[in-house]
Amino acid sequence: MAAHFSNLSTDIILGQLLLGLINGAFYALLSLGLAIVFGLLNIINFVQGALFMAGAFFAYFLLQSCGISYWWALILSPMAVGGFAVLVERSMLRHLYKLDHVYGWLLTFGLSLMLESSLRQIYGASGKRYSAPSQLRGGFDLQFIFLPTYRLWVVVVSIAVCLAVWLAIERTRLGSYLRASTENAALVRSFGINVPLLVTLTYGFAAGLAGLAGVLAAPIFQVSPAMGSNIIVILFAVVVIGGIGSIGGTIVTALGVGVIEAFTKVLYPEGAQVFIFVVMAIVLAVRPGGLFGDRMEVA
Amino acid sequence: MRFISENLMILFASVLLCAVPASAQDNPIRIGVLTDMSGVYSDASGQGSVEAVKMAIEDFKDPIFGKPVEMVSADHQNNAATAASIARKWYDNDGVDIVVDLTNSAVAIAVQDISQEKRKIDLITGATMTTAVTNKNCSPWGLHWTIDAYNQAAGTASYLTEAGGKSWYFITVDFAFGHDTEAKASAVVKADGGTVLGHSLHPLNGTDFSSYLLQAKASGADVIGLATAGTDMSNLVKQASEFHMIGKQKIAALVTFLSAIHSLEPSGAQGITLTTPFYWDQSDEARAWSQRFFKRTGAMPDMAHAGVYSAVMHYLKAVKAVASRDADAVMTKMRETPVNDFFAQDGRIRADGVLERDMYLAVVKTPEESKGEWDLYSIVKKLPREQLFQPLSESTCPLVKK
Repeated sequence: MAAHFSNLSTDIILGQLLLGLINGAFYALLSLGLAIVFGLLNIINFVQGALFMAGAFFAYFLLQSCGISYWWALILSPMAVGGFAVLVERSMLRHLYKLDHVYGWLLTFGLSLMLESSLRQIYGASGKRYSAPSQLRGGFDLQFIFLPTYRLWVVVVSIAVCLAVWLAIERTRLGSYLRASTENAALVRSFGINVPLLVTLTYGFAAGLAGLAGVLAAPIFQVSPAMGSNIIVILFAVVVIGGIGSIGGTIVTALGVGVIEAFTKVLYPEGAQVFIFVVMAIVLAVRPGGLFGDRMEVA
Repeated sequence: MRFISENLMILFASVLLCAVPASAQDNPIRIGVLTDMSGVYSDASGQGSVEAVKMAIEDFKDPIFGKPVEMVSADHQNNAATAASIARKWYDNDGVDIVVDLTNSAVAIAVQDISQEKRKIDLITGATMTTAVTNKNCSPWGLHWTIDAYNQAAGTASYLTEAGGKSWYFITVDFAFGHDTEAKASAVVKADGGTVLGHSLHPLNGTDFSSYLLQAKASGADVIGLATAGTDMSNLVKQASEFHMIGKQKIAALVTFLSAIHSLEPSGAQGITLTTPFYWDQSDEARAWSQRFFKRTGAMPDMAHAGVYSAVMHYLKAVKAVASRDADAVMTKMRETPVNDFFAQDGRIRADGVLERDMYLAVVKTPEESKGEWDLYSIVKKLPREQLFQPLSESTCPLVKK
């Protein structure tokens, strides 16, 4: 259990900090969808990981079967995944809002198993290759690390989307309807607002975020059926630490988790996967609502 | 003495056969393919193994005991308990004579124990890395045919160290298989005068490996040894290429399959060094067989596919030669007959059940060198068997007489 402090040189510290922020930005984009769905719909949306994977596969499918490029996939894939999620919400999920959390969790867990197995049946387990577009290949030599252009692009897109979503929910009229309908749907409806439609679209949008993250991830990871289930558990930890339902908290936590993870991978790699759950346990013990989750504590 | 006892055994078996009622021999020979149909090893074995066994049965042509050879198959779901219950049912109720493939180390150990208890033959031909099945869990009726962690690590490590890769850094998956593989490769590196600068352990099914890669790069090692497999290996290679690490430092994939290399971008895996017992393009015979396999499955065969064909063929020939299904008689015949086919030349089955044969050192081609989707490896040299296998003197298998 010796921690490897001798591994720390300035280059390594700077490099890991950068890598941590890159991964954190990516976690932020992915956990944002989870946080929205839980905060506004009260559903533990376990299928988010599988939707992320489906987004990546859809981009692969577009390229292989229709010759449609990465840039179009960035738009089409989130739309396809969002559309699928809207169908799921309309046909299945909406019947579960009044029931205990565990029903929504079970349904979405089942859905993610089905999605994963179907894609494994079609594409096999090894995964598929997907190249970054030529404009984003190459990178910058920062001395302490070679920074691939593509990773930089992922960070920029992730942060931009996260900020836009946060602003939309916290600062716009539409966002205020959304927040209000989670507090008291009947009252909001009495103002003539179509709450069920709002909920459906929100769910579809959150799924679209997963689809977008899938396309962004495709050139970094193998596009494989297991890519979603490998990452979903970390995302839940991010949402819980940040405070369930807190959008801003989720984004900040995701960046922090990315950095902590990068450093545990150097100092005590055996514990890198567990460490984030240790943090989660401590946060739950000290502040059960999460670091930024004032709303849950009131409820 | 051993020669006489083996012959006596065959004689004894033949005498027994005459006494056995006709009905036992009337049943067809039935081969059970127990493999991973849906998990991480399903591309490297899986349905391809089932097809390869079908090909072996079709190519063998001759009925045995007047009936065509039959095959059953099942998915063990990478679960040793599931595999064990399927194997028991096959042996006890379904008249299965041998179980083959057994990809996944835990599955192979569990099924070999059951086979031994039932005095049945099992042929471990899948992407099965464990050396336990030929050491403390060895069976008189169990053979390990295709690869194990020892020969995969030893081949690549000795080649690269001798070629000047004196300092190594390992990125190792954090469970028994990874630790074993790293330990074996380290031993070879040190024996050849190299040094090991350090290692990073990563969890199974990790996603982002850049932190580990950065450490490996900072170590300044000549060679980065990847003691991991499956999608973890693919992602590591993909990300190593993303961070411009391939070329400056050599990357040794200590355990890899053709299907995994095929799943990477051509430029992403170039220059990776690996050891393989079989490559579809290695000879005319191999090409001819592989083209037939390709027509049936749409993919070129991985080593486990060629391995299971070779092993089943060897088994069927032995059954025919001794005209019996008795495990002792058939196994004695299999062990005394050298394996000579497109998969192995002058392969010898050792006392511990390992098929000892020469292998190949391969380097993944660059996109410019590659002439097609499956034109992936350059075979650099033949690795002599003396470099590859665990010395029998180190074996803990009770069947090895010391």
